[in-house]
Amino acid sequence: MSFLPYALAAWLFFVGLYGIVTSRHLVHLVVCLGVMQSSTYVLLLAIGYRTGKKAPIFTSGVPTKVGAVDPVVQALTLTDVVVSVVASALILALVIEIWKRSGKLDPDELGKQET
Amino acid sequence: MLVPLVVALPLLGAAVLGAAGHFLPSRVDDLVAAAIAAAVTVLCVVLIFHSAHGTITYWFGGWHPRNGIAIGISFSVEPLGAGIAALIGALMTAALVQSIDYFEEEVPPHFFVLMLVFLASMIGFALSSDLFNMFVFFELMSTAAFGLTGYRIEHRSVLQGAINFAVVNGIGAFLLLAGIALLYGRTGALNLAQIGQVLSRHGADGLVIVAFGLIVVGLLTKAGAVPFHFWLSDAYAVAPAPVCVLFAGVMSDLGLHAVGRVYWVAFSGVLGNGHADAVRGVLIGVGLLTALVGALMAFVQAGLKRMLAFIVISHVGIFLTAIGLLTARGLAGATVYVVADGLVKGALFCAVGHLARRVGHTDELIAHGRGRSLPLTGTVVALGALGLAILPPFGTFVAYSLVERGAGGLGYHWLPPLLAIATAVTGASVLRAAARIFLGLGPAEDDLLVAAPRGEEADEGMRAAPRRGFLLWGPAVALLVAGLGLGFAPGIAAHAVQHAERFVDRPAVARETLHGAPPAPLPHVHEQIGAAGYAYGAGSAILAVALAWIGLYRRRIPEAFRRAAGATAGPAVQRLKLLHDGVVGEYVTWLTAGAAAITGLLALLTR
Repeated sequence: MSFLPYALAAWLFFVGLYGIVTSRHLVHLVVCLGVMQSSTYVLLLAIGYRTGKKAPIFTSGVPTKVGAVDPVVQALTLTDVVVSVVASALILALVIEIWKRSGKLDPDELGKQET
Repeated sequence: MLVPLVVALPLLGAAVLGAAGHFLPSRVDDLVAAAIAAAVTVLCVVLIFHSAHGTITYWFGGWHPRNGIAIGISFSVEPLGAGIAALIGALMTAALVQSIDYFEEEVPPHFFVLMLVFLASMIGFALSSDLFNMFVFFELMSTAAFGLTGYRIEHRSVLQGAINFAVVNGIGAFLLLAGIALLYGRTGALNLAQIGQVLSRHGADGLVIVAFGLIVVGLLTKAGAVPFHFWLSDAYAVAPAPVCVLFAGVMSDLGLHAVGRVYWVAFSGVLGNGHADAVRGVLIGVGLLTALVGALMAFVQAGLKRMLAFIVISHVGIFLTAIGLLTARGLAGATVYVVADGLVKGALFCAVGHLARRVGHTDELIAHGRGRSLPLTGTVVALGALGLAILPPFGTFVAYSLVERGAGGLGYHWLPPLLAIATAVTGASVLRAAARIFLGLGPAEDDLLVAAPRGEEADEGMRAAPRRGFLLWGPAVALLVAGLGLGFAPGIAAHAVQHAERFVDRPAVARETLHGAPPAPLPHVHEQIGAAGYAYGAGSAILAVALAWIGLYRRRIPEAFRRAAGATAGPAVQRLKLLHDGVVGEYVTWLTAGAAAITGLLALLTR
């Protein structure tokens, strides 16, 4: 088992985090959130991967002797994808509303509360 | 079986309202949703009594464990979890009843759909005994909450609050999921009891500690512990008041309840021997910091909603400290406290909703003296404030005294006074605001207080409500009576400790869940509130009144004394205020630093 997928997961996590912290544009920020979430997909899939094993699809005619990679993490990843789509869509809808109302998309400018 | 119904019923209701709600007037939609929430509440109360004889485990689709290996997904219902579920149902019922009269416009059906999905996901989260299932409900609950926060989409501060909420909680969820993934990689299990069984066979190595750290940080982000709390005050200040009843009353505390569950069922076997002191130190440290920072920030707010949001943060710190004692009595105290305090905070937010609707403002300086026509609401707020300040013999006091004895049992005699200071300051904040708004006491300007940003006031700037106000104040009275009255329920402390004792017996819980063994017999427990408990309770309430008086009339304090106090505390408070400036990038930086600090400390202390 290679350590590469784990390194990739960590890289995606931190690069996304860096993007969010330094973001000057809300759409960019949502994309960075997506990059961060991708790191969890890679992590989950890497954990269930077994070298030389097949995809976990068992139909008639497929020999079961070879064994398969862990289907549980794949189900988890799918669920995770669905969840992230909902969250991104919702945040983007809010971003569009912000753009409509204020014409600004820089979180730093938005953040400073008017007094 | 009743167990799946408490989640299925609101989801079904949400689907029906989503399809048919447009053809009905919004009042009918609201009544249907409230009726479903009330039914769920009754079911949850029934579950409390049913599960007293032993944990009810429901395996979805009949996938029972074989030979101690759980492949299916389950709900585990025991009295503590069912009690929290009942609190969720009660608060949702009150919020939906209030929203009949709260909104002046026709409410679109998707509001009630979101509320019911929110209800289902919170209850599902509270009862799940499977880590990934908990994650799914966690995300579902968060998504419904983002939508509800952004309900008044026409105001910019609302959008701002909702985005901060969504981004910070999203990152918290990734950390939680990464922790779950690592744990699955180690144990090959997602069921909490089975994870506990596998983990307890091996020692605690780096991977287990990191996984525990990530899960705890993810859950604490939802709970709003310092330094993950910044999103909370932005979001709670802008959501409609009935939604805040849920947010403040229970959503934050669910994260903590989950920390307790994950620790006891999954990790206590591997971390409990030898490493308990490390976990205890970190959790109590974060808890105390949260309790004191939250209380201080609450005291300098003029906007009632933002003040209550910081009170939520402060009390999250108290509950975290109680859970962090890692004893059955601490857990029992935290659970009773969450329920009693949740009802009181819910009542306070209902009262704020009434005030917003009748006066149009919830800022204590702007609404100064304008609440005189609402004596009943004023009484609710004042009594609620005393409930926050653990005045004996109310429900919050009974819970506090459990925590106090739990801390005393470990020899932490310095802990109860610190917690009592936090309760006193939070109670004082609300008392001061109540005195200004409902009695018109004190001056109407105070340069120490943070005024609510304009957008938030506009958010509440509604025209005065019609005279009929029963649905606006009725839920507040009902929640307050329940929250304060919990202290008079006979033997509630002893029952809670008995069931907590059973809950923390990890091997017995695992045998019961995975092998269907009979539950461990309930231990005999005798709970008696000591003199120290009464002293702290009374002391906190008296201190709250005194601090509220100082808040109102600090100009009457001698000049020299005031200047000395200002010189010592002023710069720190100023700096603390500046941190909460609404920029999401900074919030995420704090989250990262906090996550690194907590995980690093755990790793360092368990070496």
